[in-house]
Amino acid sequence: MHAVIIGCGRVGSSVAKQLAAEGWDVTCVDEDENALARLGAWKGGFVVGHGMDKDILEAAGAGEAEAAVVATDGDNSNLVIGQILQRRYGINCVVVRVLDPARAEFYARLGLRTVCPTQTAISTLTEAVRACEVPVPQATS
Amino acid sequence: MYVIIAGGGKVGSNIARSLIEMQREVTILEQRRDRFAQLEAEFGHAAMLGDATEIAVLERAGIERPPDLVLAVTGDDEDNLIISQIAKEGYGVPKAIARVNDPRNQQHFDLLGITETVCATSGLLALVEHEVPEHGLVRLLELRREGLEVVEVQVVADSPAAGKRVAGLSLPDGAQLVSVMRNGVAEIAVGETVIRPGDQVVAILKPGVEDRLRRALVG
Repeated sequence: MHAVIIGCGRVGSSVAKQLAAEGWDVTCVDEDENALARLGAWKGGFVVGHGMDKDILEAAGAGEAEAAVVATDGDNSNLVIGQILQRRYGINCVVVRVLDPARAEFYARLGLRTVCPTQTAISTLTEAVRACEVPVPQATS
Repeated sequence: MYVIIAGGGKVGSNIARSLIEMQREVTILEQRRDRFAQLEAEFGHAAMLGDATEIAVLERAGIERPPDLVLAVTGDDEDNLIISQIAKEGYGVPKAIARVNDPRNQQHFDLLGITETVCATSGLLALVEHEVPEHGLVRLLELRREGLEVVEVQVVADSPAAGKRVAGLSLPDGAQLVSVMRNGVAEIAVGETVIRPGDQVVAILKPGVEDRLRRALVG
């Protein structure tokens, strides 16, 4: 099973290592060759280049991939690259990191599997406050 | 007519100026403060500060009305793609025109259904090729939706078409001559039109028959 990870930062590299540990054949793509260091002792593939570049995607094995994770530092780049992987290469499992909750929701409605860490943080933080044992404030009317 | 322009650089600001002169209602969005200050000084309330890929910013600009036209003309192709998609698929904007900064990204706009695009680099390249007749066949215009293209061919003395009537040419299926330009004057090509060396012949054709058309005209 082949997976392509676009954007090998903190998130992308960690996802890559986990999937590799679970037996996936993983190739990472990043514009910065130094990102390879984040992967530690890495047996998978690594391609230096931009995820909008067709040659780079193909060098990373997008044509044969069963799954793709897109997690560069740009929401719009992620959304475009995710759609390219889904539509041009027919990858069914494409997961896209989008920091802006509004865009994440919009593209989820269009059929893209978006993950929004900001929304997760909002929910988690709100829940954490609710879980604190402090007197419930009176709602002001 | 209401137009939202995303991107207030040279392209966006000049289009805004022209549209306002034509009495159109315009909002121009720019996220850089320095550029926005200039736009505001010139266009007043028609200028708005913000990232046009943010849905809330587009809504403040009135994307829900919806506008008749959205122009995505930032210097960033990903942004232009996302703006066009949100406008068309999210808000039913009837027409979105996107600027393609890097011609290699054209394929992504096509793939994602953003069919109305303008790429200055490709346009300039076509003009350069226009000046280089040795290239044989020059693409003047691509009609994507129609699946047709308009090309120009320079006929020379030893071309098989030289001296022949248009009706006497064996053109491939899916290609037809449109006009013949001689000494700077263009004539519509009809069956009786005779092709001469030095003529610039314009043809309309289906993609894929370019080589056969070239062989039929110039060998």
